Amino acid sequence: MKHGTEKTRRDFLKECALGALVAGAARYTFAADGNINPPATAGTKSKVVMAHDPSLYGSSLTPDSARVQKLLDQAMQNYFGSPDPVALWKKIVRPGEVVGLKVNTIAGPGLSTHPVLVAAICERLQQAGVKPSNIIVWDRTNEELDRAGFTLSNDPNRIRFLGTDSKQVGYDEQVFTAGSVETRLSNLLTRTCDCMINLPILKNHEMAGVTLALKNMYGVNNNPDKFHPNNCCPGVADLNLLTPIRSKFRFVVADAMTACFAGGPMYKPQYAWKYNTLMVAADPVAIDSTAWQIIEKKRAERGLKTLTQAGTPPKYITVAADPQHRLGTDDPNRIALVEV
Amino acid sequence: MNRPFIHRLAHLVLLSGILWLAHGCQSHSASPNNLFPQSGEVAGWTRTSEIRTFPANKLSDYIDGDAEKYLKAGVRSTSTADYKFKDQLEFTVDVYTMSTSEGAKSIFESEPAMDAKTPALGDAARLYSQSLTFRKGSYLVRMVAYQESREVPQALLNLGLAMEKKLSR
Repeated sequence: MKHGTEKTRRDFLKECALGALVAGAARYTFAADGNINPPATAGTKSKVVMAHDPSLYGSSLTPDSARVQKLLDQAMQNYFGSPDPVALWKKIVRPGEVVGLKVNTIAGPGLSTHPVLVAAICERLQQAGVKPSNIIVWDRTNEELDRAGFTLSNDPNRIRFLGTDSKQVGYDEQVFTAGSVETRLSNLLTRTCDCMINLPILKNHEMAGVTLALKNMYGVNNNPDKFHPNNCCPGVADLNLLTPIRSKFRFVVADAMTACFAGGPMYKPQYAWKYNTLMVAADPVAIDSTAWQIIEKKRAERGLKTLTQAGTPPKYITVAADPQHRLGTDDPNRIALVEV
Repeated sequence: MNRPFIHRLAHLVLLSGILWLAHGCQSHSASPNNLFPQSGEVAGWTRTSEIRTFPANKLSDYIDGDAEKYLKAGVRSTSTADYKFKDQLEFTVDVYTMSTSEGAKSIFESEPAMDAKTPALGDAARLYSQSLTFRKGSYLVRMVAYQESREVPQALLNLGLAMEKKLSR
């Protein structure tokens, strides 16, 4: 937070560690009920579930809504070990909370979080007792949401679909310092929502290497371009360490129904493939680390260089797991990968 | 005439010269509005959005981290518009105006060719089942289809040829 004086990186990490401790404590109290697997705690593994359905698209251009709902349930039930596809959402969102679904829509209709997935999540949240008025689907701009197929709405009695650039929203006046960069966060995150479910899309990123959960937070601040140098490292990790992001983040449901292995983050169809998959996790580092392996595998299949050889190693993932950030684990021995 | 007056006059003349030169330079590059075919100009094609133009310092608002490589290659501005073909298939067309033809070439060459066809279009072109990229002088044009159809590649080529003529003017 800005105090009018230049801060050192050490000051920033110390401050964030304190914030994380407080935020983490609240989150772990929630998790201690056996609800959410808290990421990166000693002696535990971070679970990542990948659910596949090769017939997700059928002969259609868009994923089949019934199959997406079924795939979501399958992924979530496997994650929580719950036979009830509705009750498990109560482990993520507490009664009365306003929940923000942070989608990723920068790449337009070809490579954005699918509206059909968002609809499936909204359905389960409402069945779990979350009022429609307490659900906000959001990203940085109305235009991007609209182009990705979401119908904008700011009706307080219904599910809202809003960009931070809406007149009624904007960026919080409070200035945060992430690493060496000052930034402001969306009021939707800082003021409107009590918690956030992260709905990124599996993509290559020509600077960061990989974009999934952690990098999706570049859509919550006012100056993401300032976080791009050096393969977005430590920009991605530093940004995710900010207290409002860390404390309100609850869960990742990653859309990997269509993914891209090169040329990202924008949609270039020649580098996209139908992966027919949903990925879920509570540990954003573990799921990003898993995403890295998926993209490398696909690049190898297509005869492309590794991300490191291409000069775009997603090194922010390792930094996000380091002792200064502790946002999760990238250690394969501490990631329990379940494929269904 | 006193000295301050002469100084001011000299500044004024210098400023006018700079403005005249700037105007002259601009007139050498086509307006974005003239680069994008109008609806009906190419058979089957309809433009469905306004043309949006992003100067170099705002490019990341449009393409996020993709912007960096264009900035390094000397992008001056980027214009984009959405199209429909036969009122069904949806497309986005981007025109990147670089400072030099080398800039356009460096972006084009930086992307894996994969299994592209290479139609005779512009200085170099790559055609895929759902996209067409070509460069012409200091311009790089990227067309993307959001749906698959057997009609897409030929439709892309037709639009590309129309745009190439505009870029050549």
